[in-house]
Amino acid sequence: MKTIEEIQAAIEAAVPGGEVTIVMNPSPAAQHSLLVGAGKAVAVAKFLRDDAELALDFCSNVTGVDWLDREIAEKVKVTKTVTKTVDGVEQQVEETVEETVKRAVPGYLECVYHLYSVAKKHGPVVIRMRTANRSDMVELPSLTPIWRGAEFQEREVFDLYGIVFTGHPDLRRILMWDEFKDHPMRKDYVLPDDFEYEPTPHDDVLKRAEAHRADVAQEGAAQ
Amino acid sequence: MAIDQELKIEMGKQGVVVTTLQELYNWGRKSSVWPMQFGLACCAIEMIATTMARYDLARFGAEVFRPSPRQADLMIISGTVTKKMAPQVVRLYNQMGEPRYVIAMGACAISGGPFKQGYNVLKGIDRYIPVDVHIPGCPPRPEALLQAFITLQNKIQAQPLTGPNRPRHLDAEAQGEFPVPVQGEHDLEPTSNPGVWTVPVVIR
Repeated sequence: MKTIEEIQAAIEAAVPGGEVTIVMNPSPAAQHSLLVGAGKAVAVAKFLRDDAELALDFCSNVTGVDWLDREIAEKVKVTKTVTKTVDGVEQQVEETVEETVKRAVPGYLECVYHLYSVAKKHGPVVIRMRTANRSDMVELPSLTPIWRGAEFQEREVFDLYGIVFTGHPDLRRILMWDEFKDHPMRKDYVLPDDFEYEPTPHDDVLKRAEAHRADVAQEGAAQ
Repeated sequence: MAIDQELKIEMGKQGVVVTTLQELYNWGRKSSVWPMQFGLACCAIEMIATTMARYDLARFGAEVFRPSPRQADLMIISGTVTKKMAPQVVRLYNQMGEPRYVIAMGACAISGGPFKQGYNVLKGIDRYIPVDVHIPGCPPRPEALLQAFITLQNKIQAQPLTGPNRPRHLDAEAQGEFPVPVQGEHDLEPTSNPGVWTVPVVIR
């Protein structure tokens, strides 16, 4: 099979402006992936499926990833003019100081597709798509028109992560009920508070159970 | 009406059968408990095994699994009750005719089991409907289900036909319908039926 760089080059040649970048995997598995821009994603997917050499005709897995807003602390060397007393005389001295600069990286939701070729017996090729943010711009193009098998898995990602797939033929919740409002696999999901009876609490559960016990004790005292 | 056991045995030796209406009535009831044919998860596989020839639930008069709640006497909650499924389980229970009994089979049905801390699993079906017999295990072996079934039979056999502990179908005041929980925006509403389940006091 082509290397990930060759696949990237082939996509760039076939779909101009595909915005394909390589996300390296530094682990021994070295399963690198391609980050595809949402705008041309359907065209890129169509190329990956229909290209004679790649022929990625089988989408084995679709999943979501939630990346929270985070802060990156970087050490930057800054040259400053400092007033110092050298040999009893005040002087202006230039000094290089290391400073930590914090930079906020906005979070996003990510959808990951694992593609195989049944015809060519190779794979996987991993492609990813990212939403603009985690709150209101969570649309991604659906790849169900390209790989029919992605339908239920995209519904699952919609249900559990809240990514809205435009162009999906039947985008409804698949695991939770229709009235449900949350997305349970997001990292900031808050569990329903039903820890009133915990026979063997431990760790987080112990804290939640103790909060409940305090409530019950207060009610008892009030009555 | 109590009967002197020694006298009963003595008369039996003489070829005279003595019984009470209650004994006869309960003997009939306990020997034809028909379970409802539905399974929720892996415990259902053990339930199916229990009905097959090796363990043979038919020996106890329970071989007929009814596909309709109207014809069933016993509900075996065999497996994980998800919050999506819980309203349907309560609704099926409501549709069963009296007398009706419930066996909560396995860790999931009695407490949520290994999925207890999940967002999608009910922490025990006894929060919504009254349960007669709980069986621990993950899943319980068919012998455990047979044990639960025999326990239920003994319970039926011991039920007096009059007085406060009489079976629910002889009690006009007994609660017939149990409220079905509504699937809300974050969780089931209400999270338990206070008429059936109150928070147990944990003594340490």
